[in-house]
Amino acid sequence: MSKHSTPSFTVVRPGNPGEQPTTPTGIAHRGGAMNPSVEALRARFGSAIGRAEVVWGDTTVYVDRTKVAEVAAWLQGDPDQSYEMLVDVTAVEYRDAMRAIEVVWHIRSLKFRRFLRLKAELPKDGKTPLSVPSVWGVWKAADWMERECYDMFGIEFTGHPDLRRILMWEQYKEGYPLRKDFPMRGRFSRSEQLRQALAANPEARYSKEELSIADAFEDLPLDMRRRLGGGEQTGE
Amino acid sequence: MGLITQPDPATAVSYNPQSQEGWITTRLDFLVNWGRANSLWPMPFGTACCAIEFMATAASKFDLARFGMERMSFSPRQSDVLICAGRVPFKLAPVLRRIYQQMHQPKWVISMGACASSGGMFDSYAVAQGIDTIIPVDVYVPGCPPRPEGLIYGIMMLQKKVMQERMSNESLRDEFIADPTSQLYIPPSRIDELSEPFGNSVHQTRSAP
Repeated sequence: MSKHSTPSFTVVRPGNPGEQPTTPTGIAHRGGAMNPSVEALRARFGSAIGRAEVVWGDTTVYVDRTKVAEVAAWLQGDPDQSYEMLVDVTAVEYRDAMRAIEVVWHIRSLKFRRFLRLKAELPKDGKTPLSVPSVWGVWKAADWMERECYDMFGIEFTGHPDLRRILMWEQYKEGYPLRKDFPMRGRFSRSEQLRQALAANPEARYSKEELSIADAFEDLPLDMRRRLGGGEQTGE
Repeated sequence: MGLITQPDPATAVSYNPQSQEGWITTRLDFLVNWGRANSLWPMPFGTACCAIEFMATAASKFDLARFGMERMSFSPRQSDVLICAGRVPFKLAPVLRRIYQQMHQPKWVISMGACASSGGMFDSYAVAQGIDTIIPVDVYVPGCPPRPEGLIYGIMMLQKKVMQERMSNESLRDEFIADPTSQLYIPPSRIDELSEPFGNSVHQTRSAP
């Protein structure tokens, strides 16, 4: 084997050397040891860091919604934090109409074996835009998660390279299904929903460039040339 | 059980001396139907847990090959019966219709399970309430999911249906494609006004574009 077989990534285990990880038991619902990253965040970012709480042993920290990308970049890049892994990006809307929509990031440090939950509050006051900075530049895993969050909640992730719907089709007109004001069966009648769905052309998902047939374009049949030539779009 | 070797007098096409159709054509009907019913190649359209039961049906214990379904035809152009196993979300509706259109005549459709037949428990914004709103269906198999015996019973019902077909019935293979310019065309909204709600939802309507 060559020298490439030596892993460059070394795991620094917390606690005593050689100590094996154990599954914690008897965790209290509230309280418990807080993730030390919270204090480090307060020292680094000051007022951009809001309250923090420990729920079922996991630390939740509220972050100013405009500072999310900087906080994330620092948490990922700082060698004393080293949150390499983005586990999830999602959002929560509460039934209480006065309560803000929360965008949630679950991040994990493999090096220090820590888990941290970041939350940003987007008040439903009609003035605050439903937008947060994208963390795609920090963790590439955010790509599809942010698209799904946008699809289901309508939260705009500014700076995302390709913010489109991912679960519903791109021409979906009924809104954002996981919002509390969205009726479970959708806004349109069943026949209208089906009509709009069937209007989508299942073969028209890709542009000419994506299909890599730009070179062979002239050899295609006339109807295919006509469809692809106009920069074919899905649906209506 | 399995291959049909003799005409079932209750269901199969038989020679009627009073009819204007001759002995040859009725016998030929039986021969063609016998061939078709015993060599239905399925096109599995498995989208959910029903597809697992469908796989169990096709595997050795239940052995779908006894019915002439030797070959799962994963190409719609080489298949006879579309078995839709599982729920169909709206995003998949144009795909299902396209696959049905790609199948050659003669073709049949089995709707396997509650979700494919009626939307089942998924009375939500994302799921089509029955594939009969998208394509015509010959046999509905209830169950959540149906056991392999249930699917086999549905397949045997389809075989009986195939055995009853008459080549003299010219409309049998017509695929009705509504022409909006025709006077016979009824817009879907009008169909919804005229028909009662059906299924498990008061918002569910009969119209299919």
